[in-house]
Amino acid sequence: MLVSVYRYNPDKDEAPFMQDIEVNIPEGRDLMVLDVLGLIKEIDPSVAYRRACREGVCGSDGLNMNGRNGLACITPMSEVVKNNKLVIRPLPGLPVIRDLVVDMGMFYKQYEKIKPYLLNDTPPPAIERLQSLEDRDKLDGLYECILCACCSTACPSFWWNPDKFVGPSGLLQAYRFLIDSRDTATAERLAELDDPFSVFRCRGIMNCVSVCPKGLNPTKAIGHIRNMLLQRAT
Amino acid sequence: MVASVTSLGRSGVYDWLVQRVSAIVLAVYFVFLLGFFAFSSEITYEIWKGLFSQGWMKIFSLMALAALGAHAWVGMWTVSTDYLKNGVTRFIFQAVCGGTMFVYFVWGVQILWGL
Repeated sequence: MLVSVYRYNPDKDEAPFMQDIEVNIPEGRDLMVLDVLGLIKEIDPSVAYRRACREGVCGSDGLNMNGRNGLACITPMSEVVKNNKLVIRPLPGLPVIRDLVVDMGMFYKQYEKIKPYLLNDTPPPAIERLQSLEDRDKLDGLYECILCACCSTACPSFWWNPDKFVGPSGLLQAYRFLIDSRDTATAERLAELDDPFSVFRCRGIMNCVSVCPKGLNPTKAIGHIRNMLLQRAT
Repeated sequence: MVASVTSLGRSGVYDWLVQRVSAIVLAVYFVFLLGFFAFSSEITYEIWKGLFSQGWMKIFSLMALAALGAHAWVGMWTVSTDYLKNGVTRFIFQAVCGGTMFVYFVWGVQILWGL
C-alpha cells in the first residue's frame, strides 16, 4: 500500500515535502495507523513521530490521517484508507518541529490560561472536599480529555487566533472547573473568558466533536460557558 | 482575558448578544417587507410612500438600519481579526467599514425623515 508521509527536517530540508513509501501490509489484519508508522520506521528510520502508550490514553500520537485528525494508535486502517492510499501529516495549525512532530506550546499555553486546577478559598477540610454523586456526574464527559490536541488543531478559529482563542480542548477543561461544585472561583473564571476571543471565536462548526478520539463534546461545553456568561451579564 | 478596543462592545458576550438580537430585528423587518409585497394588490409610489410616511414604519426602519450597522460591525470586525494579521491593514479595514456603516445610517435617517 502507498503511504505518503509529510517530511521536514529543518536542519536539512529547505521546505517540507511528501515522501511516498510503499509498505507491505500483512493480509487478514486491520492494523492501526501507528502500526503502519512502525513498519515505515523499519524502511526509513529517519521518520520522526511521537508515541507512548499505543492505546489511546496518553494522547501523544495525534496526527492528520487522510485529512482527518485522530490518534494513530486507535485508528484502524479500514477507517481511514481510501483508494488504497494513506496520507499522513502532522496536526494542522501548529509549528512543525520535525516530520510528524509538532510544537504544542501554543496549545498548552491556552490550557494553562484557564487555570486547570481547583480553586477554593475556604479552609481545607481534615481529609478531603466531598462532592455529591449528582455533582460528580456533572464532570462526566469533561474530565476524560487527554490533551491530544486533535480537536483544537481541527478548529479554523484556533488556526486563525491560536494566541487568543482558548480552543475546544481548553474550553472543555474550563467548563470542567466552572461546573465543579468544589471550585469557588466561578466568577473570576468567567470574568477571564468574557472577551471577544477566548470563548466567542467558536462558530459552532463542531469539527472538534467529529474528531475527538474520546467521543467528547467541546461544542456543548462551550455552549454551557456561553450561557453562564450570558446569565452573569444580563 | 484578551483586550480589544475596536470590537463593538469590548465584551464577547455583548457582541454575541448584539449579533443575535440584530439578526432577529432584521429577519422580522425583511419578513414584514416580503409580506407587504406579497399581500399588496399593487405597489405604486403613493402606496410605498404612504407606508414609509407613518411614524411606526420610520421607527421600525430606523431600528432595522441600526441593527444592520451593529450586525455588520460585529461581523466585519470578526472577519478582519480572523484574516488580517497586519495591524495597520486591519485598522484601516475596520475604519473603512465603520465609516461606511455610519454614512449608511445617517443617509438612511435623512431618507426616512425627508419623505
